[in-house]
Amino acid sequence: MRGRTFAIAALAMLIAAGPAVSPSPVAAQGKEIFIPLLVYRTGPYAPSGIPIANGFVDYFTLLNERDGGINGVKIAWEECETQYDTKQGVECYERLKGKGAALVNPYSTGITYQLIPKAPVDKVPVFSMGYGMSASSDGRWFPWVFNLPTNYWSQASAVVRYMGQQEGGLDKLKGKKIVHVFHNSPYGKEANPTLEELAKKHQFELTLLAVDHPGQEQGSTWLQVRRINPDWIFMSGWGVMNQVAIKEAASKGVKMDRFIGNWWSASEADVVPAGDGAKGYKGATFHAPGTAFKVHQDIVKHVYDKGKGAGKKEAMGEALYNRGIVNAMYAAEAIRTGMKGAKTMPTTEQIRWGFEHLNLTEKRLEELGMKGFGHPIKVSCEDHEGNGPIRIQQWDGKQWKLVSDWIAPMRDVVRPKIEAAAVEEGKKLGYTMRDCSKEK
Amino acid sequence: MIYREAGQFKTSYASDQAIFPIVQDRVVVVLAIVAAFVVPTVMANEYWLQAVLIPFLIYALAALGLNLLTGYAGQLSLGTGGFMAVGAYSAFKLTTAFPPLNIIVVFLLAGVIAAGVGLLFGIPSLRIKGFYLAVATLAAQFFLIWLFNKVPWFTNYASSGTITAPPRTVLGVMITGPEATAAARYVTVLALVAVFALVAKNLVRGRVGRSWMAIRDRDIAAEIIGVRPMRTKLLAFGISSFYCGVAGAAYVFLYLGSAETLAFDINLSFLVLFMVIIGGLGSVLGSFLGAAFIVLVPIFLTNVPHMVGLGLSVALLKQIELMVFGGLIIFFLIVEPHGLARLWQLTKEKLRLWPFPH
Repeated sequence: MRGRTFAIAALAMLIAAGPAVSPSPVAAQGKEIFIPLLVYRTGPYAPSGIPIANGFVDYFTLLNERDGGINGVKIAWEECETQYDTKQGVECYERLKGKGAALVNPYSTGITYQLIPKAPVDKVPVFSMGYGMSASSDGRWFPWVFNLPTNYWSQASAVVRYMGQQEGGLDKLKGKKIVHVFHNSPYGKEANPTLEELAKKHQFELTLLAVDHPGQEQGSTWLQVRRINPDWIFMSGWGVMNQVAIKEAASKGVKMDRFIGNWWSASEADVVPAGDGAKGYKGATFHAPGTAFKVHQDIVKHVYDKGKGAGKKEAMGEALYNRGIVNAMYAAEAIRTGMKGAKTMPTTEQIRWGFEHLNLTEKRLEELGMKGFGHPIKVSCEDHEGNGPIRIQQWDGKQWKLVSDWIAPMRDVVRPKIEAAAVEEGKKLGYTMRDCSKEK
Repeated sequence: MIYREAGQFKTSYASDQAIFPIVQDRVVVVLAIVAAFVVPTVMANEYWLQAVLIPFLIYALAALGLNLLTGYAGQLSLGTGGFMAVGAYSAFKLTTAFPPLNIIVVFLLAGVIAAGVGLLFGIPSLRIKGFYLAVATLAAQFFLIWLFNKVPWFTNYASSGTITAPPRTVLGVMITGPEATAAARYVTVLALVAVFALVAKNLVRGRVGRSWMAIRDRDIAAEIIGVRPMRTKLLAFGISSFYCGVAGAAYVFLYLGSAETLAFDINLSFLVLFMVIIGGLGSVLGSFLGAAFIVLVPIFLTNVPHMVGLGLSVALLKQIELMVFGGLIIFFLIVEPHGLARLWQLTKEKLRLWPFPH
C-alpha cells in the first residue's frame, strides 16, 4: 500500500509542478540576437541531424569568437530537440519564440509547413534553406518565408539539365527513361510536378516511384526500376531510405554514376553503409564538400582549438556539416544586411528586410572565407529563392568530389510554376499578393 | 473530513442515478469545467495553449473514443490513427467543398463518416477476438493511411499532399486557419471535449454501455442473456470511430493547422492506446488522465533541466527524458495496473476516511 501512496503523491506533485515550468524569457533578451535552433540529434534521423546542427553552431561560435558577433552584437542560440517530428518541432517553436526569436530554421519540411502560416502573425522569418514549400519562393505571397539559395523545383530542373549535358544536349533526352524514386511525403513529392512538366517538354519517359515512410523495405521498388531499366535515376530520399536505396541499387546492378540523389540524399551517412557499392553515386549540392576553405581553417583556429567545437574536428567537411555552415552564413548575412551597419539589436522586421535584400557577391564570399564554397546570390522581394545554381558531387568511396560546374536551374520552366503554386497556396491561407513595386 | 457524504440523502431515483451522486464531486467537476474555460483563456500564454492544452484535450478525446471500444466493449483496436485520419480528411473535403457549412457541423459530419468506416472495419470483430482483432484493425490503420497517401483527390490534388485548415468562423470568431487565436481554438476544443465526455459518460452508464461491458466480460454469457453481439460490437466500433474522427478533425483544424498522412501513422495509434492503458481501461476519467500523462510529462521533463539551469546538451536531455518517461510508465503500471483512474479512485476512498482511517 505504501507504493500506492507514494505513486499518488508523485502524480500529484507532477501535476502541481506542471504550471511552474512555463518557459521564462532569457535574461539577456534585447542584448543578443537570439536564434532558436530546431535540431534532431536523436531519433531515426540523427545521423543527418547531428552534422547540420554542429555546422550551424560552429559557425555562430566562430562569428562570436572572431568578430564579436554580427556588427558587434553577439549571437545567442538555444537548441531544441525535435527528433524530426512535426509536433515536437511546433512545441519547440512555441517555447523558443517567446525568447525573442530573430528567425527560425525549421530543419524539416513538415515543421516548415506548420510555421509558414504562423510567420506573418508572429513576425518571425522562416528560413527553410533548400527545403520546405517551393511555392514560398514567391515573396509577393510569402513575405516572411525564405528558401534561398534554391528550391526543390529548381534543383530538379538543374538535375535534368545535368542529365542532358551528360547525354550531349537536352534534345538528346528525348525517349530516354528517367525514374524518380521519392519519399512518400510532402517533401518527397515536391519535385514531381516539375519533373512531369520537363518530361513533356523534353519528351523523356518519366516514372514516379513512391517509397513509403520510413523506407526500410524497397525490394519491390528496385525490382520495378530494374524492369524499367532507366537511363537516369533521380532520388528524393531522406534518412534510412537513402542508404537502403543505395544498397538495393548497388545489389540490383544499377549504374551508380547514373543515379543522382537530391541534396538531402547525398551525405556521408547515406553512402557509407552501402560500402563499395555506393562508389560512383552522385548527388546534388549547392555548396562544396570538404574542408579546403578558409572558413574551415578559421573554425579550427577560433572554435576547435579553443575547445568550443560542437562536434569532432574530424567530422568537419561532411556534406551536411558544410550545409549547416552555409545555412548559418546565409542567416548571419541576412541579419547583417537587415542591420544596415547599425550596432544595435535588429527587429525581426529588419531581419526580414535583410533577407529580402540579401546580395551575396563573389567578393563578400571571399571575405567570408568561402570563395568557391557557395555561389553568389541575390534575393529580391519577388524572388525569395534567389534561383541559385547547383553542382553535382560524386562519391569516390572515401569522400564527395565535385564533378560538375555550377548548373543553372531552368528558370523559364520553374518560375511560372512557382507563381501559379504561390497563388494557390497563398489563397488557401487567405493571403493577398503584395505589390513589390511599393516596397522599399 | 471535507470529502464526506454523510447527511446527503437520496430521495429520488434521479438523484440516486446522477453522474456524480456526491455533492462535493459535483461541485468540484463544475468548478473544474468553469475554470478550464476561464483560467487558461485569460491567463495562459500561447505556448501553454498551443503546445500543451490543445493537444492534451484532443488526445483526451481520441483516448475517450478508444476507451469506449477497448476499455468498455473489450475490442482491442490499433486503428485509431487511421480513424482519426478519416475524420481529418473528411473534414477537409467537406469544408473545401461546402465552405459556408459551419465548421462544427463539418466536424460532426466528419465524425459520422469516420463512424461509417469504423463500422466497416468492425465487421471482422464478429469473428475474431483479442490479439487477432488487433492485427485486423492494424490492417485498417495501414490501409487508410496508404489510401490517403495514394489518392490525390483526398488532398484536393495538392502537389505536396498536405491538407491545410482553411480559415473558418463560428459565431463570427475565427477558429481555424492561421489567423485564429490559440484561445479561440482552445475554447472550441474544450467545448467539443466537454460535450462529448458528458455524452460518453452517459452512454457507458446506460443500456448501451452495460451491453458493451457484458460483451467485454463474457461474450457468450452476454449473448445468452439477450445482448446481440453483432449490433453491440458494431455500435462500439461506430461510436468509438465517431469520437476518433472528431478528434482527428480537431487535430488538424484546431491544433496542427496542416498535416500530412505521417501525422496519423501507427505511432499515433500506439500513443492513444498507451493513454488508455495508463489512464485506465474502462474509465472516462482515465482517458483524460492518460492523455495528461503522455502529453504533459514529456513536456515537463524537457523543461525541468532548463528551469534548474542545467547546461546539458539537447541530445542527452532527450535521452534522459525518454528514459525517465519510460521508467515512470513502468512504475505506474507496476504500482497500479488498472491505471491512473484507479489511483484517483483509491485517493477518493482514502479521503472519505481521512483523517480517521480504520
